[in-house]
Amino acid sequence: MVENRPWLTVFSHVVLCLGVLVTALPIWIAFVASTHPADSMLSGRTPLLPGGNMLENYATVLGSGVKAAGSIPVGTMLWNSFVMALMIAVGKIAISIIAAYAIVYFRFPLRKTCFWVIFITLMLPVEVRILPTFGVVASLDMLNSYWGLSVPLIASATATFLFRQFFLTVPEELAEAARIDGAGPLKFFRDILLPLSRTNIAALFVILFIFGWNQYLWPLLVTTDEGFYTIVMGIQRMLQAEDAEPAWHEIMATSMLAMLPPVLVVVFMQRLFVKGLIEQEK
Amino acid sequence: MAGLEFVGVRKTYPNGVKAIHGIDMAVSDGEFVVIVGPSGCGKSTLLRMVAGLETVTEGEIRIGENRVNELEPADRNIAMVFQNYALYPHMSVFDNMAYGLRNRRTPRDEIARRVAEAAGTLQLEGLLDRRPGQLSGGQRQRVAMGRAIVREPEAFLFDEPLSNLDAKLRVQMRLEIKRLQRALGTTSLYVTHDQVEAMTLADRLIVMNAGVAEQIGTPLEIYDAPATLFVAGFIGSPAMNFLSGTVADDGAGANLDGAERTLLVAPPASARRGRITVGIRPEHLEPVSRETAALEVVVELVEALGADSLVHGQLADGGEGAAVTVRVDGARRVAAGEVLSLAVAPNHVHFFDPDDGKRLA
Repeated sequence: MVENRPWLTVFSHVVLCLGVLVTALPIWIAFVASTHPADSMLSGRTPLLPGGNMLENYATVLGSGVKAAGSIPVGTMLWNSFVMALMIAVGKIAISIIAAYAIVYFRFPLRKTCFWVIFITLMLPVEVRILPTFGVVASLDMLNSYWGLSVPLIASATATFLFRQFFLTVPEELAEAARIDGAGPLKFFRDILLPLSRTNIAALFVILFIFGWNQYLWPLLVTTDEGFYTIVMGIQRMLQAEDAEPAWHEIMATSMLAMLPPVLVVVFMQRLFVKGLIEQEK
Repeated sequence: MAGLEFVGVRKTYPNGVKAIHGIDMAVSDGEFVVIVGPSGCGKSTLLRMVAGLETVTEGEIRIGENRVNELEPADRNIAMVFQNYALYPHMSVFDNMAYGLRNRRTPRDEIARRVAEAAGTLQLEGLLDRRPGQLSGGQRQRVAMGRAIVREPEAFLFDEPLSNLDAKLRVQMRLEIKRLQRALGTTSLYVTHDQVEAMTLADRLIVMNAGVAEQIGTPLEIYDAPATLFVAGFIGSPAMNFLSGTVADDGAGANLDGAERTLLVAPPASARRGRITVGIRPEHLEPVSRETAALEVVVELVEALGADSLVHGQLADGGEGAAVTVRVDGARRVAAGEVLSLAVAPNHVHFFDPDDGKRLA
């Protein structure tokens, strides 16, 4: 806006600052809590400045886990979450980009039908199909495994749809030029389409990684072995400590750790985003 | 190097639309043939059939001695330059040119040699590391040409390669394409809707309309003796004037509707008594004194171009459809409303049958 209205500027800044405060304050409190000894959280007065137990608390959760909840080390849960999120993100991208390639570039019978069948599955999120999916996974003996955690979540109509829309914007002449240059379908896909989709892949990866990381219900169902617990469900289990007060300082430390990887992914991939956007041309 | 041959080539799209109604033609080795026509006339379809991007419904296309109907585009030994260049945006200029060669497993040093050579010819030496996005329109056009050249193909196919450039650059690239084609001696097929491009580039022209080759010939043959009303109106700028009239009773001239005097140019003997369409190009009308004039035109609008002026007007007593355009010397001042007396160059009067549009000879 080029309009010069000082009060409007002040007002919008105030609104934005309030927004930042509302978002940031809980995270700050979680961080502060993770740096205090156990009893200061239970004293009734929530501290607002960091305490001196930070290294100790983090070392405990990473190394040995939250004792009171009988939990496994947070390091293991982080690793499980990471593997699951990565498998989901990579799997979703791989499958949907290939599906979109087939739908856009190949003329086969029932092409439109295939697209719409994929599209319709958008209406069926995990929660709706959770019982039959569990049945399938159980009978395939994939409970308590990384495959069981990730495979049922891999099929993605959204990603297929996004790649399809992107492929439709790639000029047809590019495919024709590649044909004349002697590139077969796979070569065209690998040499031309994949590099051109780089920014889309990066964007989707961020979204899908966080989607995978935040999975709660599904890991809760398919894992009974502690060794496969993921961090998001792990935090919830820590709260259900038997015969003890919840160890808030350690739970908060775990929460902070759980937030870290998605933040890192966003920060790291954002650079790739921008780089890709600058290079993109009509 | 090789020639190119079309034998009864037809194209019907799956939805039943007939795009090409049978083309028979041989392009000899090293010839530059331009296919020109309005949009939707099937010219691009014809080119794409040669490239292998469209299937041939009926007939045969030969490159050299070989029937290529069933060959993949890459196996036809042709190279194509697209209207929007179709450069690979993520590859450097070098890679864009080298991609086709790499796919054909050309040795590395051979690729480097050919690309360097093409870059030299096209003045792209300093740009080999750039991406297409960092190049100007003219440079991209050159890269697209370079990609075609390095293939050392039997034939170049150009699909309106200059229509994305501005007017000045278009003229410049037109000359470069012509020069390059001369130097390489590669058979070329060039599609355009711009008749100036067509006239200047072509050894031979194919004028297409609605899937039919209306006339095939050298640019001047077509200009001097257009075979149909369509060709006559399409080739030449500004377009030929068409005046309808009747053949004079003694056969020694034509009475034009809306003209007082009989046009004293004898129609060919084959012209039956009756209606006739007379075509006269704007440049073949000349302002003269009233006594010697064949036509009188009431001036409506003058477009001064500097070197010459285009005068648009109507026959003095003409009804509908008697519009006439005249090209006069730029030094001559003509005002709207004026009556211009015009003489006709007798050797440059064309007669057409108004029913089937064919030239009367």
